[in-house]
Amino acid sequence: MARTLRQHDARTGLLLLTPTLVIVLAVVLVPLAWSVLIAFQRVRLIDVGRTGLFDKLTLDNFVRVFASDALWNSLRTTVLYTAGSTFLAIALGLVAALALRRPFPGRAFVRAAMLIPYVAPVVAVTFVWRVLLNPEFGLVNSWGRRLFGWDDPIAFLSQARGEITLFGLDVPVPTALLTVIAFEGWRYFPFAFLFLLARLSALPGDQEEAATVDGATPTQRFRHIVLPQLMPVIAVLVVLRTIWTFNEFDDVFLLTGGAAGTEVVSVRVYELLTVQRNVGAAAAQSVLLAVVLVVLLGAYLWLLRRREGAGS
Amino acid sequence: MSRDRVERAVFAVLRPVVVGCFLIATLLPFYAMLMLSLRPIEDLLRRPDSLLVDLSRLTLTTYADVLRPVADGGQGFLGLLGNSALVATASVLVALVIAVPGAYAVSRLEFFGRRHVSALFLAVYLFPGIVLAIPLFVLLTKMQLRGSLVGLVLVYLAQTVPVAIYMLKNYFETIPVSVEEAGLVDGLSRVGVIRRISLPLAMPSVVATGIFVFMIAWNEFLFALLFLVERRDSWTVSLGLAQLSGSIEVPTTVLMAGSVVITVPVVVLFFLTERLLSQGLTSGAEKG
Repeated sequence: MARTLRQHDARTGLLLLTPTLVIVLAVVLVPLAWSVLIAFQRVRLIDVGRTGLFDKLTLDNFVRVFASDALWNSLRTTVLYTAGSTFLAIALGLVAALALRRPFPGRAFVRAAMLIPYVAPVVAVTFVWRVLLNPEFGLVNSWGRRLFGWDDPIAFLSQARGEITLFGLDVPVPTALLTVIAFEGWRYFPFAFLFLLARLSALPGDQEEAATVDGATPTQRFRHIVLPQLMPVIAVLVVLRTIWTFNEFDDVFLLTGGAAGTEVVSVRVYELLTVQRNVGAAAAQSVLLAVVLVVLLGAYLWLLRRREGAGS
Repeated sequence: MSRDRVERAVFAVLRPVVVGCFLIATLLPFYAMLMLSLRPIEDLLRRPDSLLVDLSRLTLTTYADVLRPVADGGQGFLGLLGNSALVATASVLVALVIAVPGAYAVSRLEFFGRRHVSALFLAVYLFPGIVLAIPLFVLLTKMQLRGSLVGLVLVYLAQTVPVAIYMLKNYFETIPVSVEEAGLVDGLSRVGVIRRISLPLAMPSVVATGIFVFMIAWNEFLFALLFLVERRDSWTVSLGLAQLSGSIEVPTTVLMAGSVVITVPVVVLFFLTERLLSQGLTSGAEKG
């Protein structure tokens, strides 16, 4: 009786999961495999109707993609953008979570308000940022000139290189890229904040109390007791944010269109696909993007495991 | 003064300052959005640095302009809102119908490959959309389905069902097995148990998951751009706003009204279910 129930359950389980598996297979796995195939074929959007599934395979797309400087530039931009955005979002999220750790009047409201950048439609928030940063009638530039005495308006989203004067030295800065990174930090810190706050509220208090009794100061308690317990969550956040930022398309495309030194790989893929209409090259580039991502993550996980192994 | 006292004093001051800064930084853009949507464009050009509304110049014509159909000289956002609502609602309903049984199976039933399935879903959830965009774009072009909302719903399902299963699974696992076994003993089938016992108990989580799916579908941009861009009457609101904000013919204030219109539904839904959503998403984090 028990055996038949278990067998029955196994069948029911697979049956209940079938619709999900079908849709994942049809809309994710098969297209994915096909994408790899396309990357090795000569396909242009015009003759998409005529290309068969097993057209002649070729390495032309990869040769073309590897030979272009644009690829290496966009890869470098993507790595900088990913590292900067991931770090900024998690750092801001951590500060916000620590500031909201202890209850105070209105905390529930503040907590909910801080999540709005993350849930609001990306098209709407990028549009507001573009208007606020506009050199002619944007709020930021007019306040900057009035309050900080800027001489010229700063074209935050269309200037590839700007110069700021630090201690009498002119330091070149990639203005647009930094602006996009700042946007990412603003939009995604709530995600890190949410997870870190959840972990913080679940921390057992006894260790910290004991440390307080022993005379540890707040920064010492944070450094030696709280932070180590947050590290697993931070590690997960680093992985998730890296994956998502590495492939981010919407934010960059909507803010700068990939201009002014912000052409990340996903925006380049989009351009190859819709502007140059070279499906094969676009697929080759996107496959490359996925491979780089897998390698980076693999390296990260390997490092993490080695460090844990050394620690125990 | 000891280091401890200094630090405590510094943090006592710093904490409210930090909270204040974060509040301003997160809310100011949305406040600006609202204020800019209520002013005539001439007023914006004359006083670009003001975020205060001159009450005598307050206007709602921007909203009328953005919502009116294109044929009447507006931007047709009412129709686009309809498209978005249709796509998002269809995605929610179908995603739940697929994900609820799936999540139950993953959380409760022992079957071959159960562990691998969870890993597969995680991988799918994390997988780059842009890589999938190419074959799907080509496929829909071939099938001449570009411009159809059905194709879009299919893509949204693939993107949301795995995460929906993850959220629901965590909740199903908190329901005591004994309750379900009592149902089985009383002669209910598995499907009967799900319908009569588990689903009603999991209702809060189902609602939260549904709203999460709705927000993803409502906010999505890349696939809407790839699939619908040539057919203005099928645009979703997100796509509409993005397309129009590139042109100089539409006044900024009118498009700001459009931004408010597409932001308000998501933010309202979010505030209604904030607790549930946060719990659903972070339930893994508390365990460490």
